[in-house]
Amino acid sequence: MNRSPLHDRHLELGARMLPFAGWEMPIQYQGIVAEHNAVREKVGVFDISHMGELVVTGAGAGDWLNGLLTNDVSHLANGQGQYTLMLNEDGGVIDDLILYRRSAENFFLVVNASKIDEDIDWLSSHPAEGVELLNLSSGYGALAVQGPKSADLWATLEPSILLPDRNGISEREQGLILCRTGYTGEDGFELFAPVEQIEKWFSRILEAGAVPCGLGARDTLRLEKCYPLNGSDLDLGHTPLEAGLRFFVKLEKANDFPGKETLLEQRKNGLPSRLTAIAMTGKAPPPRHDYEVRDEEGGEVLGTLTSGSMSPSLGKGIGLAYLAPEIATPGTALSIAVRGRVFPAEVMKKPFL
Amino acid sequence: MNVPDQLRFSDSHEWIDPTTPDAAPVGVSDHAQAELTDVVYLELPEVGRMVSKGEPMAVIESVKAANDIYAPASGEIVEVNEGLAEAPEPVNEDPYGGGWMVKIKLSDPAELETLHDAGSYREHIS
Repeated sequence: MNRSPLHDRHLELGARMLPFAGWEMPIQYQGIVAEHNAVREKVGVFDISHMGELVVTGAGAGDWLNGLLTNDVSHLANGQGQYTLMLNEDGGVIDDLILYRRSAENFFLVVNASKIDEDIDWLSSHPAEGVELLNLSSGYGALAVQGPKSADLWATLEPSILLPDRNGISEREQGLILCRTGYTGEDGFELFAPVEQIEKWFSRILEAGAVPCGLGARDTLRLEKCYPLNGSDLDLGHTPLEAGLRFFVKLEKANDFPGKETLLEQRKNGLPSRLTAIAMTGKAPPPRHDYEVRDEEGGEVLGTLTSGSMSPSLGKGIGLAYLAPEIATPGTALSIAVRGRVFPAEVMKKPFL
Repeated sequence: MNVPDQLRFSDSHEWIDPTTPDAAPVGVSDHAQAELTDVVYLELPEVGRMVSKGEPMAVIESVKAANDIYAPASGEIVEVNEGLAEAPEPVNEDPYGGGWMVKIKLSDPAELETLHDAGSYREHIS
């Protein structure tokens, strides 16, 4: 089990630690709801040192990446980033990631902790002359500072260092990297620094008033915004079109990429399923991953939840499931099976919040 | 952590008040509610159900997970705190008061001797 460079700090702060993607990470400190609300209303800080950091360099780096990822790398100027996906030949999702262009010959990729090895294997199996792939994951610690007050917090900490624009990246002395991105739907930034410096940043950000937040709140925050979680909502069995990520798939770009043919065929013939937002309509237990989605009467199984939780901001149970397109329209009445009983639910417009 | 002296406790962190064996209130300890945090849903048994010591009799759900609640003693469920089904907050805010979940008419009060007293429970959670 990997440990974050902030492991001892988490214990001092009273965190509950649990395994996640091969890492022992804080799930919560004082409680998921309080941490969730801190991010929606003020500012919170998450340890995301488990995330993977890859660097691709070389004269052909951009073109090579454009032939392996779904978004259009050529749209990026220096200092800009984009959400993008890595697919297998069948159009299934290997990983979702953020790709930043530092220069024409240097790209920074932030990938899921659980997928670092798979990503590297996949990328390395498509080698190109003069393009080098580096895995810097073990060298970086990382923090996500998220919430409407995150830019104010940074301005009081480091008034001389401007945050990049939305989705952008900027770099400073001593290997500090700032990205204006996140996974909560709030303004915020992600800070990457050499592992030996991350504790200093964590302490300063806490002292400046950020609430320490665990992966539990990270999950409820992202689910309310319908941001998919790889391994739950994204998998090799569904394409990004089915996942509702069409905006991040550029089928018209010059480069072919793995999975493109499947996506073109789905666009032509229709999607077999859609990742659908579902909310409980009355008093009900929180919906959870793997619960059955059934028809309104509760008899027919229509799918299973890929994510589910009580939504702290909405005060009701919410979840996601791949359903047939004809039932994936807002307002469709459904039910969710919990411990042998069914509770009423309905299809919602995405995102929930 | 609050551990009232008059109560008995199970290994799995349920408390029971032994002073009224015909309708002994049961809930989860202050320690348990602090571990769970943010209780958002409770599924309680029906009045009249017979339960055996150690049997799952209710489900408590936090934002993150669902957990079973076990009967700390055998007997009949004679009362259920229905208000918790609508608003479970007392489980966190007042675990030994408004957070009581069921009352059990004990069929074998001697079973209580196998539970922790307050001192032993304090050691159990330390």
